[in-house]
Amino acid sequence: MTTTATPCFAVRGLVRSFPGRTGKNPSPAVVATDGVDLTIAQGQVYGLLGPNGAGKTSLVRQLIGLLTPDAGTVALFGHDVTGRPDLVSRQVAYLAQTEPALEELSVRAAVDTTGRLRGLPRSESRQATARLVDELGLGPIADRSLTKLSGGQRRLAGVATALIGDRPVLVLDEPTTGLDPEARRAVWDALHRRRAQGATIVLVTHNVLEAETVLDRVAVLDRGRVIADDTPGRLKALVSDEVRLDLVWRHDPPLDDPTVAMLAVHATVTGNRWSTRLDAAEARDALGRLTGGAAFAALDDFTLATPSLEDVYLTLGGAARDLERA
Amino acid sequence: MSTHELAPATTPVLTPPPPGRAPTWAAAFGAVYAAQLARTRTVRVPLLFVAAFQSVGILVLLRVVGGTSGDVSGAQVVAGSSVLVVAFIGLNLLAQRFGALKANGGLDYYAALPVPPSVVVLATASSYATFAVPGTVVTAVAGVLMYDLPWAPLALLPIVVVVAGASLAGVGAAIGLLASRPEIATVTGQLGMSAVIFLDLVPAHRLPAVVQVLRAVVPSTYAADALTGAFAHHPDGWLITRDLGVCVAVAVVALAVAAWAFGKAARR
Repeated sequence: MTTTATPCFAVRGLVRSFPGRTGKNPSPAVVATDGVDLTIAQGQVYGLLGPNGAGKTSLVRQLIGLLTPDAGTVALFGHDVTGRPDLVSRQVAYLAQTEPALEELSVRAAVDTTGRLRGLPRSESRQATARLVDELGLGPIADRSLTKLSGGQRRLAGVATALIGDRPVLVLDEPTTGLDPEARRAVWDALHRRRAQGATIVLVTHNVLEAETVLDRVAVLDRGRVIADDTPGRLKALVSDEVRLDLVWRHDPPLDDPTVAMLAVHATVTGNRWSTRLDAAEARDALGRLTGGAAFAALDDFTLATPSLEDVYLTLGGAARDLERA
Repeated sequence: MSTHELAPATTPVLTPPPPGRAPTWAAAFGAVYAAQLARTRTVRVPLLFVAAFQSVGILVLLRVVGGTSGDVSGAQVVAGSSVLVVAFIGLNLLAQRFGALKANGGLDYYAALPVPPSVVVLATASSYATFAVPGTVVTAVAGVLMYDLPWAPLALLPIVVVVAGASLAGVGAAIGLLASRPEIATVTGQLGMSAVIFLDLVPAHRLPAVVQVLRAVVPSTYAADALTGAFAHHPDGWLITRDLGVCVAVAVVALAVAAWAFGKAARR
């Protein structure tokens, strides 16, 4: 039996562009979102994945009413919130990419202030702050000013400000950017706990590992358009007959080797790294010839991997230039 | 059905969650005000020094070069210099603060919380007016000592600081939020400061007619005139009240404009 529930967010035909500059250094208009349709169900961890400039931040700012669309609608639990952040603020906690409004405060004061501004009485806010400091491992830096912390520590404190007040919807714009692996894991664990309690989480990321680890569903964005929207597993099934062969060269690759020359035609080159998607048998064969031949001496490292969301992204026509793997 | 396809999911009935809590007006004001005060924890002493330094410097300069001869009274200099501290912090620094928050996306933080823009503007303006209190007191006390003025009129100083602070901080907030770029907010705030230095210290009747018109629209001059009037041998209570009333009216209008500009800037 399937029960239809009111979706958390229903986005229809969302268009927003920013005018270009005129004058001495003219620039063209930028289309940030270009006819976006999305449905985010309650209780999901929903990801927006895409490289820098794909329109992810513009999209989430429209979701919470901070950016007014040129066309289209955004409904939160069935209510149109287009350009109405006041309607959203009681349901949604938003973490922007930076939080300059809080900069000179200590971590504890920033979290506590946010709690009080979400309506928690003073003592309750203080207790909730203490719990979050503990949950995210912020204890050693809790009384230090945000301006004196590293970028990752500031980000972790920002996540704490988003979590206080237990809003049923969390919209987090790149919450783990700059975090070390331990802190990143703490954030993912905290998000899983909120999800288990029924929260809906919209997570902006350009980190493929994060997308594959924590998301129930993911929309892949490219130049303001949604080019895919499904579970990570189903999206990866689109390219399941392929594997990715990554080669890292010690120095210039020996292009006179026929296998290297063949791979060069299909490879995406990033510095010394070649990334190629091949049929599984073809990849096995190419790797065998490379490791058994003279080209092996030029190789620094190689990886044969099952498809990732990055491969899905490439298959769908996006540019993977800014997607992160870890 | 392929083996890869998932079976139809059984999901519980999900009703929209009830709206979360929102703070009362007073609680939101208190939280923003306290946060703004906490921001200055590390810069309080330098801020006091910078804010009071220029005002005390003007007092010393005019005392040494005899700038209070004729009808430019010591009371005018002391009152103008004291209000200048409020202008430096309320007008200049607040214009810069809001200009920077608008430019770097800092307004998003407040706009995404269940807090009305008027609370954010009023609480921030109030906290900046509070920063001005120590510098204003230092300047006024130094002025009374240097110019041999009576102490009793300083009883009016708290009211002057409040109304001048509210009006100048309102104007500063509006400048910062309406300016298209933070640089313009900074320059405008500093020009406002320059106007305050000139117009608060020089009596209206000594200024050319066109500048008198300008003086009439700068709210700090009314605060300075009110404090100057309090130093008179026979203070005119009605005039002082009228001058302070003008400051209050300007504060209401400026803070309303700033709150509107905040909402507009936060929802582009």
